[in-house]
Amino acid sequence: MDAGLVRTYLGVPLYRPKVAFFEFSSCEGCQLQLLNNESSLLDFLALVDVVNFREAMKEKADDYEIAFVEGSITRSDEAERLKDIRSKAKVLVALGSCACFGGVNQLKNRFSLDWVKKEVYGNSPVETEPVRPLGDVVRVDLKIFGCPVKKEEVEKIVTNIAVGKAVAHPKYPVCTECKANENICLFDLGEPCLGPITRGGCDSWCPNSRFGCWGCRGPAEDANVEQLKKIMKEYGFSEDTILDRLECFGGFSAFADTLRKSGEKNKGTSA
Amino acid sequence: MIFRVFAREELKKLFDAMASKNKIVGPVEIARDHNGKPLFAFNEVNSFNDIKLDYTTTKLSAKKYFLPYKEDLAAFRMDENDWQKKVDYNISEPFIFFGLHACDINALNKLDKVLMGSVYPMPYYAAKRKNMFIVGIDCTPQPYCFCRSMGADTALHGFDMFITDIGEKYFVEILSDTAFNFLKNIRTAEPIEADHIHYMKVASEKNKKFTAHVDTTDLTKILDMEFQSDVWKQWGEKCLACGSCSKACPTCYCYGVEETVDINLRGAKKTKKLYSCNLIDFAEVAGGHNFRPERHVRLKYRYYHKHRGFVEAYEESLCVGCGRCGEACLANITVPEVIASVRGEEN
Ligand code: SF4
Ligand code: SF4
Ligand code: SF4
Ligand code: SF4
Ligand code: SF4
Repeated sequence: MDAGLVRTYLGVPLYRPKVAFFEFSSCEGCQLQLLNNESSLLDFLALVDVVNFREAMKEKADDYEIAFVEGSITRSDEAERLKDIRSKAKVLVALGSCACFGGVNQLKNRFSLDWVKKEVYGNSPVETEPVRPLGDVVRVDLKIFGCPVKKEEVEKIVTNIAVGKAVAHPKYPVCTECKANENICLFDLGEPCLGPITRGGCDSWCPNSRFGCWGCRGPAEDANVEQLKKIMKEYGFSEDTILDRLECFGGFSAFADTLRKSGEKNKGTSA
Repeated sequence: MIFRVFAREELKKLFDAMASKNKIVGPVEIARDHNGKPLFAFNEVNSFNDIKLDYTTTKLSAKKYFLPYKEDLAAFRMDENDWQKKVDYNISEPFIFFGLHACDINALNKLDKVLMGSVYPMPYYAAKRKNMFIVGIDCTPQPYCFCRSMGADTALHGFDMFITDIGEKYFVEILSDTAFNFLKNIRTAEPIEADHIHYMKVASEKNKKFTAHVDTTDLTKILDMEFQSDVWKQWGEKCLACGSCSKACPTCYCYGVEETVDINLRGAKKTKKLYSCNLIDFAEVAGGHNFRPERHVRLKYRYYHKHRGFVEAYEESLCVGCGRCGEACLANITVPEVIASVRGEEN
């Protein structure tokens, strides 16, 4: 997929890295995000030389420098394939929340594998393992958060890589962007929201449409999860409501585990 | 100072006279909260019926009109061998603030000192400030208002006219020629003694309604003494490091600047975004060293800037006591409670 001339930036020709896209267990929605803006797609392809992108092209090559990997690992053959990609790529990018934290898929880790197999595949069981994020199997050089990732953010990252600018994620929580967007706080409207503890960068995508954040980008740096749990209780939200959100995408799995265990213990004693 | 009075029905005429040729920004109701209480914001208003002059307060200050949350400072066009820079102060026409409370006018006066009175004035702010006409309006103190403690419950300057509801009439204080000329569009009269009495009654009744207070006596010294106090840690444990306090505040002006290159490499932008000292990387410098990695230290810093550093520089606090930060804070961290705890008092 050669988009012709190599781009120049301020008169300097830019190096055009060879890039490949791969997917594991996921909805492939993150890759789709990248394809669904025709106006910038050609510019994107001028910056990078895409040699492998199943969703968009037929040809395939094994010669790539940057691998964008979507999805989580749920089978042993997936782990092997990922290791192979890692050995070929100079830079491995985890694309989206499944790749970064396990994503929605990791919800199954709460149940026994036997039960999951039966429930999903009935009498024709297939091999399945507890869901793992890419980082549990191989070294990940860069994470791009979000379910799905935000196209503008990926384009910005790729542009920065191309012109040699540093790639940095916001460290602050979603609230910071939400307030700048002048949204009415969902707590004022009586709705729960994980915005105060979730990493920003999505431009408060959900609160902009009056939906509370579900934490798809995982924890902000210095996220005060304990305090938000207290606040949620003060606002009258049950522990289950909090837990549902904390465990949805896997970014908060450590916190969710603790909360689930304390919840089970409480239920045990009250029963 | 010139005072006039006018009948209640004249107010709409005054608004219409202003609105016929100008953009008007004022308090409007944007929703109801889950308890059915109205939520207000400053927005552009086209009709007198939409403006809510008896509003309690707005959730966010009017800051977006003079310190936008996000603002492009410069845009660049680039081609093979050259580039061009375009600077825009991002104000296309003068506008009228119709219905600012005293605290918010005082907030502008404080910002003027920093952003226009310093060695390097900020043109983006000045351009907007110089193109704004302000109609102030009196208010009823809410449970979170402590402007009186901060000396910001009355505005002495920084507005064009200030309207007070004295019952059957409005009492108006006029500070500019433009305001005087606008008032020629309606019927006004010289106030009589009875109007003065009504005005004073309204003022003294307002004073009685304050329930939140901050004791500012010797506060700069006390903050110095209590720099290591444990109370900061207690507040820090509650803080979410979300920066909502600064975003709601009419006087917080800190910002970050980001440069982005368009994906087609033919354009670039320098964008300013308001920031907060409560955010984790506020004091992070090149190389990754963070001078204030802990939440309580950052929260403390916010109080030290408002109530100590600024006071030493300008002999007044950088807080007008509007209470918005506490209202925006999900963790219920409010200025009166924090200051009282530092002073070792129960609030
Ligand atoms: S709606 Fe959510 S993200 Fe927005 S300010 Fe409220 S808590 Fe924060
Ligand atoms: S608001 Fe929360 S759930 Fe929605 S996109 Fe942003 S991080 Fe994800
Ligand atoms: S610090 Fe709080 S009370 Fe003071 S001016 Fe800012 S928002 Fe208002
Ligand atoms: S340092 Fe903090 S308190 Fe002071 S203006 Fe900046 S954000 Fe506001
Ligand atoms: S004081 Fe409140 S509003 Fe400010 S950063 Fe902390 S939790 Fe957020």
